[in-house]
This record gives sequence, structure tokens and C-alpha cells, in this order.
Amino acid sequence: MAASDMTTPRVARPVYEHPWAVRFCHWANAVSVTVLAMSGLQIFSAFPAFGPKIPQQNLIDEIPEAIALGGWLGGALQWHFTFMWIFAGIGLLYVTSQILSGHWRTLAFMPRDLPGLWPMARHYFLFGPKPAATGQYNPLQKQAYTTVMLFGTLSLLTGLVMYKPVQLSALGWFFGGYHGARLIHFLSMCGLLAFIPGHLIMVLLHGWDNFASMVIGWKRYPEYTSGDKS
Amino acid sequence: MLTQPPHRTRRELLKLSPLLLLGSFAVPSWREPLLERGVAWSDRASGFIFRRDHLAASHPDADVVPMEQFPYNGYDVIEPEIDFANWTLTVTGAVARAGTYTLDQIRALPKQTHNTRHICVEGWDVVGRFGGARLSDFLSIAGAEPGARFLTFTCADDYYESLDMETALHPQSLLCYEMYDRPLDRGHGAPLRLNLPTKLGYKQAKYLMTMEVTHVLPARRSYWGDQGYSWYGGI
Repeated sequence: MAASDMTTPRVARPVYEHPWAVRFCHWANAVSVTVLAMSGLQIFSAFPAFGPKIPQQNLIDEIPEAIALGGWLGGALQWHFTFMWIFAGIGLLYVTSQILSGHWRTLAFMPRDLPGLWPMARHYFLFGPKPAATGQYNPLQKQAYTTVMLFGTLSLLTGLVMYKPVQLSALGWFFGGYHGARLIHFLSMCGLLAFIPGHLIMVLLHGWDNFASMVIGWKRYPEYTSGDKS
Repeated sequence: MLTQPPHRTRRELLKLSPLLLLGSFAVPSWREPLLERGVAWSDRASGFIFRRDHLAASHPDADVVPMEQFPYNGYDVIEPEIDFANWTLTVTGAVARAGTYTLDQIRALPKQTHNTRHICVEGWDVVGRFGGARLSDFLSIAGAEPGARFLTFTCADDYYESLDMETALHPQSLLCYEMYDRPLDRGHGAPLRLNLPTKLGYKQAKYLMTMEVTHVLPARRSYWGDQGYSWYGGI
């Protein structure tokens, strides 16, 4: 990443912000999470409860067709069992590329980011002053990108346990067996989905240049190189 | 101040073109074959990680749900017409001793009873108590050919189901004639059903009438599997 240019403050230099792997994984993931969430809701509607079968206490009566995929349980399972591979593959490619490039260090939420959380939240939600940029991502972003990875990993692992509760019984033990895995799988989907509205709002607020960087990689006017730091 | 020439952004855009592969799922005529391939691939991976010596958890009696809380979950009639007095299991195909087997012959095999979790593809599960003869013991008295790979069962209703030999030889796979230490009741598949703790519920066919041992998977593989569920159905 280009360092801030102290001799020409306020004049932005384009930065190649998102390498290919990040952009590819981002868009492929957008598709796969959508498919998995929608087919997952269709699957859930076959038994929309977390308790016993008899007596069965449904959490919802019906999943609206508009947010379900597959038409019936069997169709939804086909989508789920196909896209679980794609989701896992994207995750593997993403994590590998982050580790190999060392980029995870700018992205992962660390204890040292804790103090910066509140000032950033105050800026976003309470119109407080904007804290000085400290890197490509602010503490709140790091927190969001890190927890969403956690939810993704959890949904993958608990999905494996639900898929193979007998063969992967050792893994299942960590998540409270089949029942625990089913509940955590559902909650981690909620966590993943909760990320999306905030994410989209921030994308809208930051405008075209920011959006384009997730497509072509280049950001023309990166804030963190514009000299705001001084 | 821009440092990248314009053609570079076009190249960056083109580098994302592999994403268009995902669009193939949006083509109506491609969707079904792609999804079927996805399920077939998952089934192959499932067979790959199956370990014949890895047992499903055996639960203490206290964890077994009362019998009235074990759903019948038939897909159609739960009491199909069966001549119980003259019932036999007809065995055909790649076996040395094809023919009919009575329930007494199956009961004469060593009996195994276990409390195992029965998981439905819909997502619910119950721990039940099952008793019967090991499928592997029955296959040895019937003289199944060593290279045989599949068992296909037909039922007193129009249900049918097939099973990979690896699962059939699993020590917990039963020709089940008892639940809760009593002879199977009609709704649970009397007089004989499959109990397979390493498979989903729909693989555990009830009201068994015939069993065919084959080297290749028949075209009619599975009542639900042929409608779109995973054929393997392993857990």
C-alpha cells in the first residue's frame, strides 16, 4: 500500500486497494451467502423449531417464498449441498491469500484496536468528530470484518456437524452435538446477515470510487493517503 | 496524478470473469444438471469419509424418547396391506442362497439392541431403541458375493431404497424387528425395517418385502433419492 505522501498533502494518489483474490472472493461470496441463506431458510421451514418433534413448537408459520430458494426441501438441499463447496472454497482461497500476502494484519481486529472502537462508533452513529485515519481500516471496520469471518467459519463448521453428526462426532462435541450445531448454524447465519445492511449503507455513503475499488482494485482517492493524518 | 493507465482497469475487470461461471446456475436448463452434480459430488465425499468402524453414539436409556414421541412419519399410508402370517423376505441377485427368509430365520441370528439417534432430513431427531439382526450377519447366511456393492429393498407400499455395501456391513446396521423391546408396530414398519444409525431416516425403509444384492446401482435407486434427495443420505 502506498504510504501517505507528506510533501503533497491533500492530493490523493490512487491505490491498488483490493487484489484479485479479495475482489473475486468478495463477489463470489456475495452470491454464495445469498444462495446458502435462502436455501437454508427453505430447509429450516421443513422443521422450523429447535425443540422436539413431538410436540413441535414452530418459531414461524411459513418462510415467504421471496426469500426462500429451491421450492421444496429436496430442491433447497441441492442448492445447499452444491454451494457449501463454493462457500468453503472461497473461504479457503480468501484466508490463504490473506495469510500469504500478510494483509490480514491490516484487517484483523486486535486488542490494540479496542480503544478506537468507541470514538469511531460515536462518529458513525452519534455524529461525533471523525477520528484520524490510522490505516486502511478503522477499528469498527476491523471488528466487523473479523466477526463476519468468525460467523462464516462457525457456519461452515456447524454445517459440517449437521451434515455428518456421526462421522464428525468429535467436531460435533465442541458445538453441543447435532442440536447445538443446528442452533449455532442458524445464529451464525443471523450474524452474517446482520453484517449486510451496515455494509451496504457504508458502501452507499462512501460513493462510487470506493465501490469501484472492489471491482477494479484501484481506489482513486483513498482517504488514508490524503494527508489527513497530520 | 493518476498512476494507472486506463487499460489497466479494464484488465482488472476482465480478471473477475471467472465469476461468470456462477451465472451458469441462472441458466434454467443448466441449473438442474449442475445441482445434481453438486449433490453427487457431496455423496462421493460422504462415502469417502465414511468409516465402517466408527460407531454412532449409543445413548443411555434415560435419553431415549418415549415411544409415543417417536414419529411414524410415513410418506403415505402408515399401515400398508401385509399378509403377516405368510410374510417372508425375498432375497435375489448376487447371493449364493437366494430365496425367501422367514422372520424366525432372521430372529435366529444374534440379536443386537441399541439406543441411537434417528435423524430426519427435515431437521428433527429422536433417540430411539432398536433391536434386530445385523445386516452383515444376514448377508453372510444369504451368501452375498464378496464383490457385490449395493442392496436394494422394496417395501409393502411402493417405497424402495438402496444401500451401499459399506454401510450395510457397518456393525450397527440392522434388519430391525423390534423397537422399544417390542415387536415393531405397524406404523414403524412391521414386520421388518432397516435401522441404520449412520443414515438419515428416509434411507431406513419400513415394511420390507424384498432385498436384491447387485454389483451396480439400479436405475430405481431410492423413493426420495429419485425425487431429488441425496441418494447416499449418510450422516
